[in-house]
Amino acid sequence: MCVSHSFQRGCQTKAVSSAEAEVQTVHPTVNSSQTEPQDQLTEHLLTYLTQQEAEPPGLKDFLDRVEAMVIRELAKNAKSHAFDGYQVNWEEETQLVSQRAAVLNIHNDDFSSLSLSQNVLPLKYNGVFVSQVSCLHCLQDPSAQEKGLHVTSVSWNCTGSVVACAYGRIDDGDWSTEASYVCTWNVDRRGLNPKQPDLVIDVGTAVMAISFHPSRPSLIAGGLYSGDVVVWDTSKSQDSLMAQTGMSAQSHREPVYQVAWVPQEKRGEFGVLSACSGGMVLLWSLDLDPGTLVLQAGYALITQQVPQSSSSHTKARGSSHVGITSLALAPWDPDTFLVGSEGGLLLRCSFSSQTPAAVPPSLDQGPGLALKAPAVFSFRPRRSPIHAVSCSPFHRNLFLSVGTDGLAHLHSLLQAGPLQSLRVADAYVFDVSWSPTRPLVFAAATGQGVVQIFDLGRTSVRPAATIGQSAGGAAATCLAFNATHTGLLAVGSMDGTLNVWRLSSDLTQQGPREMAQLERLANEVAG
Amino acid sequence: MSRIQGQKGVQGIIIVNAEGIPIKTTMDNSTTVQYAGLIHQLVMKARSTIRDVDPQNDLTFLRIRSKKNEIMIAPGKRTILLQTLLQRGLQ
Repeated sequence: MCVSHSFQRGCQTKAVSSAEAEVQTVHPTVNSSQTEPQDQLTEHLLTYLTQQEAEPPGLKDFLDRVEAMVIRELAKNAKSHAFDGYQVNWEEETQLVSQRAAVLNIHNDDFSSLSLSQNVLPLKYNGVFVSQVSCLHCLQDPSAQEKGLHVTSVSWNCTGSVVACAYGRIDDGDWSTEASYVCTWNVDRRGLNPKQPDLVIDVGTAVMAISFHPSRPSLIAGGLYSGDVVVWDTSKSQDSLMAQTGMSAQSHREPVYQVAWVPQEKRGEFGVLSACSGGMVLLWSLDLDPGTLVLQAGYALITQQVPQSSSSHTKARGSSHVGITSLALAPWDPDTFLVGSEGGLLLRCSFSSQTPAAVPPSLDQGPGLALKAPAVFSFRPRRSPIHAVSCSPFHRNLFLSVGTDGLAHLHSLLQAGPLQSLRVADAYVFDVSWSPTRPLVFAAATGQGVVQIFDLGRTSVRPAATIGQSAGGAAATCLAFNATHTGLLAVGSMDGTLNVWRLSSDLTQQGPREMAQLERLANEVAG
Repeated sequence: MSRIQGQKGVQGIIIVNAEGIPIKTTMDNSTTVQYAGLIHQLVMKARSTIRDVDPQNDLTFLRIRSKKNEIMIAPGKRTILLQTLLQRGLQ
């Protein structure tokens, strides 16, 4: 077989054109939403509130019944004064515990000289014996004790944990070259040894006054019996002497009775103000480079220049200068300081005074800084030396002065006579200080050895609390409240011991109406 | 209610039923709910204490004095409570 015809066929389709394309979204976002079930209680509440008509049965009855009672109570409440001045004290419990712990600690360390009866003295408070003031520490320096030196001054540092005391003599007016000490203890330290100070600074002569720097915890300013003013740095164990006045024509030539740190014009800087019994008040600035104190300003109190208040008729007799025994800075007014003198004069002085002092030729100290007469106002003089002046930290006009007559006078800066006169003790009163926390409370160190704490808010003139040894003990010479740990009070005494007392909360916690009461006291007119 | 609210020093009134659920209030929601829950427990406790001491006795009024204010509670027979907040100025 043969195939004659053969076909071949083909076909072709057009080429299929294809193209590729891509799409992309630039900003994808995802959204979702969800509802949450409403709070069960609120829902109930809302449904109830919307259905005002569907009141539960008995509600009206109840309201009628209760309304009269509630309104009666509310009206009573509005008029009631039952809770005025009421304050809950939740801390009482713990404080008592800590006191016991402190006493126990002392016993565990077994100091033979301390006994329980000495540590927790029965304290008469409100006529009831309570043991809320307790002696925490009884600090002594063995070498000073041996020599029979007195504690002349005490100061807390700005952190409130270190207490310093100065040793010297207050019973003997002779010049002596007997060595003396400044000792510091850290009362917050764990293994505090009351017989061994943390630091002992040896000083050539008796130290009359010390004061810690208000912001630098290691600096102490001191005034010596020789008239020197010294600044020590307790952080340096070797050479703690930082600066001193040295001998110059214009330094003090009489014992320095008081030193204080005074804020300078430049913020945060302090100068040292010192007052001596020679009638001079000098302001020193600290020059660290050669380690000296540079005299910045000098004030001299001359009897003839003292402004005479109308009631005073004191005639200048004998010496022409005012022997300064105490000085206090006014915390409210940086220009003012108060001065108490041996002769009982109480003066208000101004730093900015420009009157030149009439220094008699015998006292003239040659060329140098011109001395100024600072006194601007004289309060009614007392008949006895004034040992201490203290300005109230809560009221700009109030201050206290104490002297050898055993009276504490409460003064206003605006009146010559005292507002109140309180009998503190039958013996000398050596020091007085306002409480840093309670506007109406102050403490006074007496020659009988006790510290009397007065509360001006009470109607009675008797002390609110008496702490210290019973009568016949060594005189208390100085005291200092601790401004940081407000429950602590340091008291130095003539037998060379420094006692640190813990005060109860009655004496440290401010009551609700104290400020108003203080204001009222200050506005009283002197009788 | 408005008479009580009108008294001097009253901050607000809350009425709560036996289950501790607020029925009427003059204060905002969250405060109401918080007070209702807490005070209800306290009142139950106080009432049971009184009744345990003497079954014939019952709680009639409860006042809670605090530093800032005072809460007055009047429990009712059907354990409906009425609470009043009294604002006191701090001295």
